[in-house]
Amino acid sequence: MNWLIDFFGDPARWSGPDGIPARLLEHLEFSALALVLAMLIAVPLGLLIGHTGRGGVLVVVTANLARALPTLGLLVLFVLLLGTASIWPVIIPLVLLAVPPILVNTFEGIRGVDPDLRDAAYGMGLRGGQVLGRVLVPVALPLILLGLRLSAIQVVATTTVAAYTGLGGLGRFVIDGFATKDYASVVGGSVLIVLFALVVQIAFTFAQRVTVSPGVSQRLKIR
Amino acid sequence: MGDGPPTLWEWIARNWDTGRVGSIRDLLGDHLLMSLVPIVLGLVLALPLGLASVRWRWLYQPTAGVFNVIYALPSLPLFMLLISVTGLSPMTVIIPLTFYAMAVLIPAVVDGIGSVPAHVRQSAVAMGFTPLRRLVQVELPIAAPVVIAGLRVVAVSSISLVSVGALIGQGGLGMLFTRAYQNPFLPPVVVGIVLIVVLALVADGLLLLAQRLLTPWVRARGAS
Amino acid sequence: MDRLSLEAPTGEITVFVGPSGCGKTTSLRMINRMIDATEGRILLDGEPVQNIDPPTLRRGIGYVIQQAGLFPHRKILDNVATVPYLLGWDRGKARDRAMELLERVGLDPALAGRYPFQLSGGQQQRVGVARALAADPPVLLMDEPFSAVDPVVRTSLQDELLRLQAELNKTIVFVTHDIDEAIKLGDRVAVLRVGGKLAQLADPKTLLSEPADDFVREFLGRDRGIRRLQFVSTEGLRLRTDLPAPEGAGTYLHGKDSLRTALDAALLSPTGSAVAVDERGEVVGVATREALDEALAEAAHG
Repeated sequence: MNWLIDFFGDPARWSGPDGIPARLLEHLEFSALALVLAMLIAVPLGLLIGHTGRGGVLVVVTANLARALPTLGLLVLFVLLLGTASIWPVIIPLVLLAVPPILVNTFEGIRGVDPDLRDAAYGMGLRGGQVLGRVLVPVALPLILLGLRLSAIQVVATTTVAAYTGLGGLGRFVIDGFATKDYASVVGGSVLIVLFALVVQIAFTFAQRVTVSPGVSQRLKIR
Repeated sequence: MGDGPPTLWEWIARNWDTGRVGSIRDLLGDHLLMSLVPIVLGLVLALPLGLASVRWRWLYQPTAGVFNVIYALPSLPLFMLLISVTGLSPMTVIIPLTFYAMAVLIPAVVDGIGSVPAHVRQSAVAMGFTPLRRLVQVELPIAAPVVIAGLRVVAVSSISLVSVGALIGQGGLGMLFTRAYQNPFLPPVVVGIVLIVVLALVADGLLLLAQRLLTPWVRARGAS
Repeated sequence: MDRLSLEAPTGEITVFVGPSGCGKTTSLRMINRMIDATEGRILLDGEPVQNIDPPTLRRGIGYVIQQAGLFPHRKILDNVATVPYLLGWDRGKARDRAMELLERVGLDPALAGRYPFQLSGGQQQRVGVARALAADPPVLLMDEPFSAVDPVVRTSLQDELLRLQAELNKTIVFVTHDIDEAIKLGDRVAVLRVGGKLAQLADPKTLLSEPADDFVREFLGRDRGIRRLQFVSTEGLRLRTDLPAPEGAGTYLHGKDSLRTALDAALLSPTGSAVAVDERGEVVGVATREALDEALAEAAHG
């Protein structure tokens, strides 16, 4: 408890490039950057593979393999190979690790849509793109969002670990604090990261509420 | 090759078993311990919690909710916060990983039991199975494929997550990553990644095999 | 499919019936190009469908399938208005049209704002029919639309379809594996055998009285003789007006109900004769066993 008071109560912690606001912003920036890049890659790819039904096995196998990849190892590997001149050697593994959950869930979501529904949509005279956009995506949205949420969880955690290889963000409080035995920084930073992860989680739950049709989530009670 | 940096194979040969703490073999052992304990412990704890959630439906939402939140928390801060309780020991890594495992396995147990068709359960009741016998002889076998699918996810992610523990000096093969970073040198990273991935795939394969052996009827149905 | 050649006349219900594997659904799906025929032609109003872009073609053909295939993320009203929206109708007009159709198919307008999962199977199927009718297509394809609902609901959906057809006069192609449904609904019934060959194409009465071969006979079942009576009118049934109407006897609507209904009424009567009534329920006479016997003999020879 004292460490927390030391950490959050110290005015010096609240300003400067290594202050709480700056680190928080960095964490948000890196996480968002990696998530958005991963989304831009994985969502269209998942939609395409799910819609055409080609390459599905590859997706599942790759995603299983990707889960086995140790984040810290991947980060160190990229930094050793590409140096630390820019943030990209760190961002690339972040994106790589964020792609599989989105890809798999988008693919599974689209593929899992009731074939009768797809049939009805084509039978009504919707074109391929309309079937995807107006029927398959809205129905698969809960799974697509689940993929995004799992990916966001992954990214927030990996960004924390990435502080070890020189990236900014909240992980710095923890890693630097641990190295210099500044336990106030370790504990305070840890609490900040935990809170950050919780907020991300809540944001996704909220997004789910807003974007998924009640007809799909079946949230409404039968009147 | 006398004075230059050792090649990958030389490095492996030299560090495989030095007889001191920190040899690759040593780290492999630590890694296995720190990843297997959460998998087993997670299952042992998730089974009763999952079964209780099936028996008392109201228990499920709050239980799943709590573990969902825990699952969303990054491992590093959890390790750090636990240090003040468990010190710099393998337990510091094992405890959070056990919670992650439970977050995956409790829903797996609930879904697995939920996958038992109502008519099967009712005919078991009608034939006079006691609740315990019904659970052991009917419901758990039918739930096994779903639970094992959950275990596969848990095994693979636990094995890869242990390495983060290296940041507090308890990372098994992950120690190779911190070592490689502090003293910039590629072979340890490559060896670490490869060993962890192989370990994960072996665990995954073993669980798949276990599922085939334990539930032969699932495969038979899939093949027909 | 093997050299299937038939015509579905405008304004009539043509039913494809046959065992599974006879290609009835495939034939149906070739009409709106959900499946493309490898050879041969399908003409719609004289124009080969192969020349029409599939989505455009399908927007002009109503399509109803077994599980209704309603879009779970859209409210009932928007589900019904799907094709009008696609055709670029004004939103308000499309919704008005959808409301009108909901009532037409016998649904409470209050359901318009609900989602599909809030409706029963029978209600969903009605929505499916309304959706297919929304843009007023001249042609309706129905692929086993009523086979997933329970028998009571199925009967009411069938009656509803016949009532609608009497008003709308659509050209309907209806696929079913249920011969009773085929006979009840079809103006013409095409019996298909495994492999997609046409075994017989006839109106239900001819089908029952003159099956083309053993396959059709077998498929019609053992009681086709009895069922054929549902196509024999009671108009010519000799009535006796000198007898009092027996207590507790079954009644039938004279001239409207079939001979089968009259016979059924007689079988349920303690005296063995059926009471003929008119539309107002007034007794017009008694059909005795002898009279029924005569009518049966005539039906057997005619």
